[in-house]
Order: sequence, then structure tokens, then C-alpha cells
Amino acid sequence: MTLKTIETTFSRGTAFMPYIPLGYPTPEASLDAVRAVVATGADMVELGVPFSDPLADGPTIQAATQRALENGVTVEKCLQMAAQLRAEGISVPFLLMGYLNPFLAFGLENLVEAAAKIKIDGFIIPDLPPEEAGEMDALCRKHDLALVYFLAPTSTPERISLVAEKARGFIYLVSLTGVTGARNRLSDTLPQFVARVRAATDTPLAVGFGIGDGAQARQVAHFADGVIVGSALVKRMAESTAAVHALAEEIAESVHSL
Amino acid sequence: MNITHAVDGKFGPYGGQFVPETLMPALAELESAYAAAIADPEFMAEFEHLLKTYVGRESPLTFARRLTDHLGGAKIYLKREDLNHSGAHKINNALGQALLAKRMGKTRIVAETGAGQHGVGTATACALLGLDAIIYMGTVDIARQQPNVYRMKLLGAEVRPVESGSKTLKDAINEAIRDWVTNVETTHYLLGSVLGPHPYPTIVRDFQAVIGREARRQILDAEGRLPDTLIACVGGGSNAIGLFQAFLDDENVAMIGVEAGGLGIESGKHAARFADPDRARLGVLHGTRSFVLQTADGQIMETHSVSAGLDYPSVGPQHALLRDVERAGYTFATDDEALEAFHLLSRLEGIIPALESAHAVAEAIKRAPKMSKNDIIIVNLSGRGDKDLDTVIKLTADSH
Ligand SMILES: Cc1ncc(COP(=O)(O)O)c(C=O)c1O
Repeated sequence: MTLKTIETTFSRGTAFMPYIPLGYPTPEASLDAVRAVVATGADMVELGVPFSDPLADGPTIQAATQRALENGVTVEKCLQMAAQLRAEGISVPFLLMGYLNPFLAFGLENLVEAAAKIKIDGFIIPDLPPEEAGEMDALCRKHDLALVYFLAPTSTPERISLVAEKARGFIYLVSLTGVTGARNRLSDTLPQFVARVRAATDTPLAVGFGIGDGAQARQVAHFADGVIVGSALVKRMAESTAAVHALAEEIAESVHSL
Repeated sequence: MNITHAVDGKFGPYGGQFVPETLMPALAELESAYAAAIADPEFMAEFEHLLKTYVGRESPLTFARRLTDHLGGAKIYLKREDLNHSGAHKINNALGQALLAKRMGKTRIVAETGAGQHGVGTATACALLGLDAIIYMGTVDIARQQPNVYRMKLLGAEVRPVESGSKTLKDAINEAIRDWVTNVETTHYLLGSVLGPHPYPTIVRDFQAVIGREARRQILDAEGRLPDTLIACVGGGSNAIGLFQAFLDDENVAMIGVEAGGLGIESGKHAARFADPDRARLGVLHGTRSFVLQTADGQIMETHSVSAGLDYPSVGPQHALLRDVERAGYTFATDDEALEAFHLLSRLEGIIPALESAHAVAEAIKRAPKMSKNDIIIVNLSGRGDKDLDTVIKLTADSH
């Protein structure tokens, strides 16, 4: 379970990568949501760690992570929940996704060590661009974990080269200029954006932000290596695990049928 | 260690650019546009012209004779940013950045506001320059700074209430950043203090540094020598660094930043980032590494201050460095001390200070009596108190 696992996952075909905020609507229900998406064939799961000030997130994920905090979810608890899922035999790659400050408070070295021990495969930290990631990058390399960087439609050619050079595992392409949240339609320029990055790197490219249903997922799967779905699933989490399962199944089929 | 300027976007270990990728190119664009602007004599001439003919600079340095006599110690001078057009130092930066945004071809401005002074400053600058202004403001602050909400609307700005989190300044910044992330092509984020990712702490500081340049000249004119002590309140830290910057090389000039002590440090209900090592630790908030009031789990704490403009859980990176190297000292004044200072200055000098500025006055009240009559203090009177009358009337009524 390491960087290698992530690379192997992408080599098998386009990956369905759901984001599940741990602790929402309750800790147990969020574990059920992970179990549900894995049962539908999710190839990798982003486990969301809550933060009080999620400035890259839209209202859906803001509300969910706020609720998780009210439920007493901490970095420590998230690690425990991930460990529990591993103990149940769930083996798809896990990425911890969260903002930097709670990770800093936990201690980056402790965090990466603990993550490696429970077989978490990497980190996604939206407010940690490569310029600021020196320490975290070194720690992740030491433990052979992925540290995922982002590229956005606004990224310049220089930044694309920079991220291409530093990337390990995959690159997270933000499908639109904005915050997280399901949208009615995909950006028209998304294929060109993905192509621009593709020209600069062989690293797998996963696209996220705004993807809400099977049809959109299928569109994205035509040109991306991974399809990340967050807010749309989070909305289902408010309803029931069955609702999460239904949407995840629809998306998994769309992504995998290609 | 360079305490005067950021090196690679950092003041020592503080500062940096901890933002989502979408904004990284915008920060780079801002940095180069800013460098070009300040190297352009025409841009600087326009800025200075507006500071003079529109803001009304330079602002006076007033000798507070009756306050000085009352306290019986050091001579107290007030740097009168309260006399600026729109009522506070915030206009200096708002105007500078609005000019910069216009030069960058941006048509839309977003800003956060706590006390409403930065929102008013931004709305004013945008009205003057013909830019659209969208101001994010927490609903707690909207309730306690009503006059400024009306002012912003009169000036043609759209005030967007923020309901998330603690519903104060930090949440308004979150929303402003989310807006900026979404509309970055057309929009400039006009950040109101020496906070946020590089280059903001530098840009805001530079546009506010006029305060200290004037004060230095004025005190030399009035007294023939430099002051012994500078005192300013510290929310994010823009009025304080604006006063301090021109004196950083003057080794004998002491500098004191005054944070919001709220209901007292032990209560946990305050915004004194430098006074509470249990709760304020090195962290990252809103794109910058500095001291942050946070829980043991790294969640940002809700702060408390009677003054909305100081009610923020982090502090500008340059202040963190100035404190590390002991070039500046930091202390706090409680809500009660600030209110007392508010009343005292009003009665003795005929000047109603902003509650933020009253924190600086409170420190002068503590400090002046212990100093010699030959000593000189300059207090930065960062804004006027009209906006706070409702708050003060309510608090005064409650205590009777
Ligand atoms: C009058 C006044 N003084 C001080 C402040 C605090 O900000 P800063 O520390 O950036 O000067 C504010 C903020 O709103 C203000 O309105």
C-alpha cells in the first residue's frame, strides 16, 4: 500500500475516486458511505478530514465538514476510522484529504508516520502548493506515500511544468475556476485543459470539482484517468447509505464501461 | 534576518502562499503588476495626488495636551488617521489597491470587512474609480456596525452577509476568497490588512507606510527629535505596521502593538494571538503562516473583541517576525480598558476614537504615567468612533 498501489490502480483503467467526508452525517454513517462506494467498485477513496475554514469548498462540503466537527471528528479520529476500514479488509487506496492547519497541529511527521502504518496511501492538501510543500513532500517520499498537487484552468505553462515535475501518484485537475460543488454542466474548455496538462506529463490525471452524475462522469472519463466525485455524493450522504450506493453505482458503471 | 522586507514571500519563518492552485497564478500576476506599478512614477503620482486631494493627507499629528496632563507622564501625540476621508487608515490601502486593480484591467473588487471600515474604504475607492464592489461581512459584524453597512450601500457597494462559522471577519475572508477563486479572471481581491498570502502583507504595508513617513517628519518638526514609543492596535496589523515601518531602523524608538484582550486572556474570549501561547500556536490561516488562535486539533477558534476590527484569530507575518527578534513588543487591552480609553479620550480631547484605536489609547494610559515628562509617545489613532456609537451606548446602558 503505497505510491505503487496508486500507480497500479491507474494502470488498470479509468478510476472512480469518490470523496467521503469522515464524520458526516455521523462517524458511523460516513464509514457506511465508504463501504458503499467501495462495494460499487470505487478504485480509490478520498477520506475528508474536517477543517473549520475550508476556503476551497462550496456550501455542500462546508456544511458536511462543519457537521463532522460538531460530531467531534479530529485528525486522530480520522486515522482511527481509516484503520477500522483497513481492518475490515477494504484495500483500495486511501488518500487523506484536508486543509493544512489541522495536519500541522497534529504534527506532519507524526501524521505521515501514522498514515503509513495504517496503510493510507497519500495526502491531498488543497492549501499546500508545491512551493510550500517541502517538508511534507520529504516526509511522504520517506514513507513512499503520494502527495497530490493540483492544477487549475488558470495554471500557467510554468506551473504545469512545476507540478508535472513534482507530482507523484496523480495530479488533481480542478475542472473549473471555482470552489467544490456539483454543477449543472461541465466547463466547455475542460478537454483542452486536460490536453494541455497531458502534453506535459505521463502522470495520471484525475479530474474533480463539479462532477455530479453518471453522464458527466462518462464525459470526463473519455479524457481523464480518474474521475473524482465529492459534493454530489455528500448530498446523498444526507439522505441514506442506499442513496450514496445508488449514485456511486451509476458513476462507477459510467466510468468503468469505457 | 530581514525584518523590513519579505524574502521569497516570507518574513523569516512567517508568511508564504498557502492557497489553492487556482489562485497561485493570480498571486504571481498581482506581484508583478504591483512591482511594475510602484516603479511607475505616473502610478505613484496618481496615488499620492489622491491621498492629498481626496483622502485629505497628510493627516495631522495632534499633541494631546489634556490627556498628557491628566496622565502626568510622557507627552502623547495622536496620529490622526481618524481624520482621513471615510474615517480610518483603511482608505490608504483601499485606494492604492483599487488603483492597482484598475491598472491590471480588473473591473470587479471583492473585499472582506469586520468593523466595516475596510468595507467603507473599499466602497469609497471603488465609487471614485468606477469599479464594482462586493463586500463580504459576517452577520455578527453587520449587527454591530450598522452605520457602516448603510454607508457601504450608499456608496454603491453590494454587502453580502456571511452566515458561516463565527460570522465575523475570518468567515468574511473565507467567502471573499471563495468568490475570488471563482471570478479570478475579472476580480481583484482587495484584502484589508497585512494578512493573507504573499504579496498582500507587503502591498498593504507599503500603502499604509505613509502613516509612519508622515509621523516621523511631523514629530521631528514638532519636537526636533524622534519619539520614544510608538503605540498602535493590531487586528491584522496594517495600521501598526503602517506606523512602524518608517521607524524600523531607528533603534531607540520602541514599538508596541496592542491586541484585543476581550474579556481577559484566561477567559479564552479574546483575540490576543501573542498573549496566549496555550491557544495561539504557529499555524496557517488564509494563506499565511503565523500565530493562529486554534484548538489542540488545529481548528480555528472563535475570537472575541468589543471591536470588530480586532476580532481575528491570526496576525500579520511581519509582526510575528518583529516580535521574534524583539524589535516590537506586543501587549493587549481588554474590552473594559478600551471602553474606558474611548470615554477618556472623548472627554479630554474632544476626539471620539474607533474602539480599535481605543485599544492603543488604553496602552498609552497605562504606559505614559511610568515615563518621564520628556518622553514622547505617538499613538496611532487609526479611526474615528462614529461607527461604534451603537455598541458603546448599548454597553454603557447595560452597565447602569
Ligand atoms: C479603525 C480601525 N483600526 C484598526 C483596525 C484593525 O486593522 P489593522 O490591524 O489591520 O490596522 C481596523 C479594522 O477594521 C479599524 O477599522
